[in-house]
Amino acid sequence: MPLIRRIHRLTAVLSAVMPAALLALLTACGPAALPPGDSIRDADEAQNRAVHRFNLSLDRALVGPASEGYGSVVPEPLRRGVGNVAANLSQPSHIVNNLLQVRIGQASHNTLRFLVNSTVGLGGLFDPATALGLEPRETDFGETLHVWGLPEGDFVMLPVLGPSTTRDSFGIVIDTALNPLRHVLPEADRPYATAVGVLGRFGDRHDNGELIDSVLRDSADSYAQLRSLYLQNRRFELGGPRLGYRTDGAADGLDADPYADPYADPYADPYADPYADAISDPYSDPYIDAYAQ
Amino acid sequence: MPSDIRPTRRTLVTTALAGLALPLVPRGAAALTTATASGLVEQVAAEITRIINSGQSEAAMIRDFERMMGRYGDMPTIAQSVLGPPARSASRAQLSAFADAFRGYMARKYGRRFREFIGGTVAVEGAQDGGRFIEVISNVRIPGRAPFEVRFRVWDRSGSPLFIDMLIEGVSLVISERSEVGSIMDRNGGSVDATIEALRRLG
Repeated sequence: MPLIRRIHRLTAVLSAVMPAALLALLTACGPAALPPGDSIRDADEAQNRAVHRFNLSLDRALVGPASEGYGSVVPEPLRRGVGNVAANLSQPSHIVNNLLQVRIGQASHNTLRFLVNSTVGLGGLFDPATALGLEPRETDFGETLHVWGLPEGDFVMLPVLGPSTTRDSFGIVIDTALNPLRHVLPEADRPYATAVGVLGRFGDRHDNGELIDSVLRDSADSYAQLRSLYLQNRRFELGGPRLGYRTDGAADGLDADPYADPYADPYADPYADPYADAISDPYSDPYIDAYAQ
Repeated sequence: MPSDIRPTRRTLVTTALAGLALPLVPRGAAALTTATASGLVEQVAAEITRIINSGQSEAAMIRDFERMMGRYGDMPTIAQSVLGPPARSASRAQLSAFADAFRGYMARKYGRRFREFIGGTVAVEGAQDGGRFIEVISNVRIPGRAPFEVRFRVWDRSGSPLFIDMLIEGVSLVISERSEVGSIMDRNGGSVDATIEALRRLG
């Protein structure tokens, strides 16, 4: 009898500890190395370009005009409210991912933010949390996979959703399945949550209209430009929490965090020739020294 | 042990040349500090704010902006970095024409969006040594928008501290424009001259 009880207790402890141990094992590998800002892997470029053409026509025919209409019909304060509600609804998903990343500080930041905005902020309509120093800190399962050590893979252009990577596309699928809201909200309320999310996107499209239009319409190659902007910005986001920068001239930043700088430091290797021709390998260092000769 | 430790003619010549050239190396090279670079960013931010709030016409603002880029930007370095590998086979005249065309293109492309920054402030938050350059980290606040991070990269290879890049939320101007200029060049059959011509009209 005591033996069975002991086995029971052991399995109870194990089932509680195992996921944590697995997580610890995963995170022990450390985050994946971030490729430098200008490195691009795009194995399915032809297909991605086809999807991009589809997205462009969708934006021209539907999303652009709908966002324009939404922006001109709905006044700014209400639009911001909808955007706030949409952001607040995705907050639980951020918290779950923060926990999976074992970033406890971020998880408590996002939990506090969610609590403040859901109560004082009237269900997320307002965003008093930001004023209290609890600014938005978004995350997703793609980042969780990065923290677990998964490299980004190839660049992928998703229909409707836009630029992504192999890893982050998986992340989107998992995020949709994992979203706590899906499990908590009554079935009948879910379409409202989705609608708020879509309206929030329309609001973003409207507010950033000029910037988006300039990239999509004025670029020589909008696909290449979008790909470059997305990858650079995504890698910046994944660079993790900001370092404590010092203003006294101490060079702690780049050495302390290899992910803070998207460019490989040509001086990292003491035997590397500092005067090597940067033009011969444009990706080793983005800056060509015009005074080298 | 290497049997021959006598200097070859080539090493002799290089050493002599290096010795001759040494006094020509700009002294500023060792003097560039994070404080100097931060000061430069603050100075430029103040000047841009003045241009934006001057109330002058867009064309005049773009002209002012282009002049500023010439004064504070290391245009030869930026232009060559943006041009990438084709810079290697380009002539000196082509490089300089490209740098000028690119400067005008940048001024028009970004100068036109200046009014989005009205009321904005730039706060320098710190600076770090990036090896070949100093990176100044700043926080930009524009009314009605979430604050965002802008990093400025400064070096003094030319003899005085100048900007070589600007990164907005991790997006480097040099890297983005290299992609864009590469596309323009592809469209023009890989010709540097045609690309320069195209840049003069664009932006």
